[in-house]
Amino acid sequence: MGGAGGAAAEAARDAADRGSGAVYLVESPALDEYQADRYLAAVEVVCRRAGPDVILFGAGDVGRELAPRLAHRLGGALVTDCVGIRADGGEIVFTRPVYGGKAMAEVAAGRGPFVATVRPRVFDPAPSGGAAAEVVPVEVALDGVAARTRVVERQAEDKAGPSLEEARVIVSGGRGVGGPEGFGMLEELAGLLGAALGASRAAVDAGWAPAAWQVGQTGKIVAPDLYIAIGISGASQHLAGISAAKHVVAVNKDPEAPIYKRAELGVAADYRQVVPALTRKLRERLAR
Amino acid sequence: MRIVVCVKQVLDPELPQRDFRLDPDGKEAAPGRASRVISTFDEIALEVALQLREKAGGGQVTALTLGGKPAEEALRKALAMTADAAVRVDDDGLGAPGEGLGRLDGFAVAAVLAAAIRRLGGADLVLCGRQAADTDAGQVGLLLAEELGVPTVASAVSGEPAGEAVRLKRETPGGYEVVEARLPALATVTNADVNVPRIPKVKDVMASFKKPLTVWTAADLGVDPAATAPRVALRRLFIPERETACEMVGGDSPEAQAEALAERILALKVLETRGWRHAGAGLRFRPGGGAGQAASGTDRRRPRPGGVPGR
Ligand SMILES: Cc1cc2nc3c(=O)[nH]c(=O)nc-3n(C[C@H](O)[C@H](O)[C@H](O)COP(=O)(O)OP(=O)(O)OC[C@H]3O[C@@H](n4cnc5c(N)ncnc54)[C@H](O)[C@@H]3O)c2cc1C
Repeated sequence: MGGAGGAAAEAARDAADRGSGAVYLVESPALDEYQADRYLAAVEVVCRRAGPDVILFGAGDVGRELAPRLAHRLGGALVTDCVGIRADGGEIVFTRPVYGGKAMAEVAAGRGPFVATVRPRVFDPAPSGGAAAEVVPVEVALDGVAARTRVVERQAEDKAGPSLEEARVIVSGGRGVGGPEGFGMLEELAGLLGAALGASRAAVDAGWAPAAWQVGQTGKIVAPDLYIAIGISGASQHLAGISAAKHVVAVNKDPEAPIYKRAELGVAADYRQVVPALTRKLRERLAR
Repeated sequence: MRIVVCVKQVLDPELPQRDFRLDPDGKEAAPGRASRVISTFDEIALEVALQLREKAGGGQVTALTLGGKPAEEALRKALAMTADAAVRVDDDGLGAPGEGLGRLDGFAVAAVLAAAIRRLGGADLVLCGRQAADTDAGQVGLLLAEELGVPTVASAVSGEPAGEAVRLKRETPGGYEVVEARLPALATVTNADVNVPRIPKVKDVMASFKKPLTVWTAADLGVDPAATAPRVALRRLFIPERETACEMVGGDSPEAQAEALAERILALKVLETRGWRHAGAGLRFRPGGGAGQAASGTDRRRPRPGGVPGR
């Protein structure tokens, strides 16, 4: 669903091409911008009409807000932030992290419809090709739905470099970076590598990095080829955000830091000395 | 403005993985030596509420919890942070006793909290942490909004009063937005540098013991315990095993360590060796030998060849 600009129709065609049985498309100028009351009304209408047993959302900003509210309206069961789904006998069993990723829970929903959110990047996208499903347009009267919230101000920071979610390389700093100046050092390395900058929650709370940089369970879930963690201890909530990273490199002066249980390369030293030298060496080598 | 902040008491989530154990039944975390604290984002929600009261030049902040007697400690903390009043709804007999983490689901908690808020005479604004630090589910706030029939603003970091409405700031990818919500409303709250919870002053801690702490039972609120049975069942709880052997790069000087590390990183063959030189805004990293990367602005996920689901 979406505005009348055609983006929703394109997404519908894409979904139709990826093995869906049917695709419902709601297009309305009232959906130009995401607004929870209206989006919820639209998705509720479609679900009542199609009557699915299982309703999945990506566990992004939108899915996290809509899934619980939809489950409530449909009188169903709700499981959030799943990393696994399987059929077990007559049951559907969802696997999800709990206690900040320190444990995993398997839960079975006993009452349908089951509404679930699925953690981004955990599953590979369904391949395209094959028979295209029918795209069924659905008319939803949204005029009567009061939008009880509205965006009154929006500020997009013009950030150079790739977004965290798309980045192939991420340079990330934690409390050990010690201050905003330290992030300057990380920025230099990131600039050289064309990397996105990330941060731990401790660095965000300290005000050294914007909240949008936070990596982890309650920040961004990332999947770079290379994640360089600097002055980050490796709390389970942080590691939850980088479980899909291919290679993790850590610079942490404490050789016992839990980050070394996740990293494949580490330097147990003060980053203030190691990082500038590393940037220098890499610059020399990459220039060759 | 009358603000209700829903708080949950949890085992200290900062407990490191190596000290984390499950209880013998395997249904929840073993308390061990971990202390009980207000769940991280609930404490942040309290901070946002207190700041909002200060900006409005008055109002009432009530901390509300569902839990046993020990949860009153969380309420005392809230009062010491200068909340005006506190309410505990006793959880005795609710949900599926003995099911540990699976005892109460979000629907049950939301129904009880809604009943308590109605008993309080309603609220202009209800704040909840974005997710509890034990279940990590992020359900109660949004379900509570449906119970109360109010709009939601998710992941707010601060608020400003605006007449019959409230303006809530949220972080967006690479920026922020301000959302105006008609009152009554509910917001879930996440962390930012502007809402780091205050540390109670000694005099406020003293004063907290004189503030009202009301206790209600489900029966007081007319909640039928049978209606609080969970809609999902916890089948299994386990501690995942994960361990990578980390190669610690040596060297007798930072210079030597950096040199060795640079070599090791290059050997991973994930760095593009030329792309960086197209300086300026074009500082763009290209995949090193990776297959067809769609560098478009769409949110289509890049295919990850050989990716293992769940990892
Ligand atoms: C519900 C919940 C959700 C959370 N969500 C997130 C999340 O999404 N993301 C997240 O990151 N955290 C999250 N956290 C917080 C998490 O538990 C940790 O508190 C946080 O990740 C710690 O950040 P840190 O590693 O930067 O700080 P610390 O744990 O303080 O670690 C700092 C590290 O820096 C090292 N160091 C210090 N000085 C130097 C130096 N000069 N050179 C090199 N190393 C140095 C130290 O040895 C230490 O290991 C969450 C917590 C809760 C309860």
